[in-house]
Amino acid sequence: MEDKIHYDTIVIGAGPAGLTAGIYLSRARLKTLIISEGVVGGQMVLTHEIANYPGVESISGYQLANIMKKQAKSFGCEIKSNIKIDRIELEGDIKRVTLSDGKEYTSDSIILTSGGRSRTLGVPGEEKFKGRGISYCATCDGDFFTGKEIVVVGGGNSALEEAVSLTKYATKVTIVHQFDNFQAFEHAVQEAKSNPKIQFKMESTVTAFYGEEKLESVDIKNLKTGETENFKTDGTFIFIGYVPNTEFLKGKVEMNQWGEIITGSDMSTNLPGVYAGGDSVTKRYRQVTTAVGDGTIAALAASNYLHNKRIATLK
Amino acid sequence: MLYTNLKHIESATDHSKILNENENVMVICGRMGPMCIPVYEIAEELEQEYKHVKFYDLEFDNPESYVIRNLPEVRGFMGIPFTIYYKNGKVVKATSSIQTREQITAILDAEFGKSSK
Repeated sequence: MEDKIHYDTIVIGAGPAGLTAGIYLSRARLKTLIISEGVVGGQMVLTHEIANYPGVESISGYQLANIMKKQAKSFGCEIKSNIKIDRIELEGDIKRVTLSDGKEYTSDSIILTSGGRSRTLGVPGEEKFKGRGISYCATCDGDFFTGKEIVVVGGGNSALEEAVSLTKYATKVTIVHQFDNFQAFEHAVQEAKSNPKIQFKMESTVTAFYGEEKLESVDIKNLKTGETENFKTDGTFIFIGYVPNTEFLKGKVEMNQWGEIITGSDMSTNLPGVYAGGDSVTKRYRQVTTAVGDGTIAALAASNYLHNKRIATLK
Repeated sequence: MLYTNLKHIESATDHSKILNENENVMVICGRMGPMCIPVYEIAEELEQEYKHVKFYDLEFDNPESYVIRNLPEVRGFMGIPFTIYYKNGKVVKATSSIQTREQITAILDAEFGKSSK
């Protein structure tokens, strides 16, 4: 089997931006490969219901992702998902991507749509108690905490809204937030503050998780006084925002201080033939619809780049 | 019913029959949620590679899922999906919550043998 295959364009990431780029490129008869370290659909598959995608009254993110995947494949787009990227080279005329299975793929252009993921605390015990008291999804795991006392970490809309929803199950919810004010919308703050089951530990952060078979307590550090208390709890839900999946691109393409890729209006980056879109680029609004728009623009710009490159070669 | 591309277990009778008829079985018991969907998708892909393993899902909210929920191996689990690996009908491994492809293949390789690919 050939270990090095050349494509017109390689798309990194299979969320709505990447799949849209795959649809446009393969439909334009450009040989296209989508490579994703995560699942096809990206964070879109995590959305229970999408009711604001134009032309579709209501659909689950999983179903929409499956349709996009099928559509891309129907035009000849190849997709490799759940595989780690070991190495990526973006400079020069030929771009190279090496995967953890040792296979290397090359292309004339590349589109980076690696998306984002939930931020973790990264403190001792977090990995050990994942699924044994620590959760990142209230809808999934809330009912395991019926009649129990839990902690919610975070101060944005997700943290406060999920804290309120968790009071359906838990007898007490303690919100731990690192600042003295919330980043959430005022209505979410008021709803949480008026809920008798919710209490607050402001200017504080969770620094460690403890337990035997399952989570039993957390260390909460008061950032103002520096004091740490061991706080008994049956569970902790963590909602502290998202981070772009761009660590593997560090030093290879221009990014801002938050690790978001900087793009122009045509989704071009600072490197010729390299485009980007979706949640991994710097922008304010992160929606399926905006990702689809980014993917469209990036694909059209990449097509144009390839066209011009070929004309220049013929001259 | 879960709308994955995996084969579904609908009842305790199904579950028992599958364990009796197959040497290596992986059952993912979950919902259509963010921690479960990645595991279903990884299993769908691995189904093509691990021909000697049968992959199934079972809806967590189906009352018949007691066959998984009541296993001693899942005591202390507080995150879905509950993923159970059976060899000759016996539980050889169980995991809670989302898992990566690497974590799943490590278990499959260790318990059932490597893929033919």
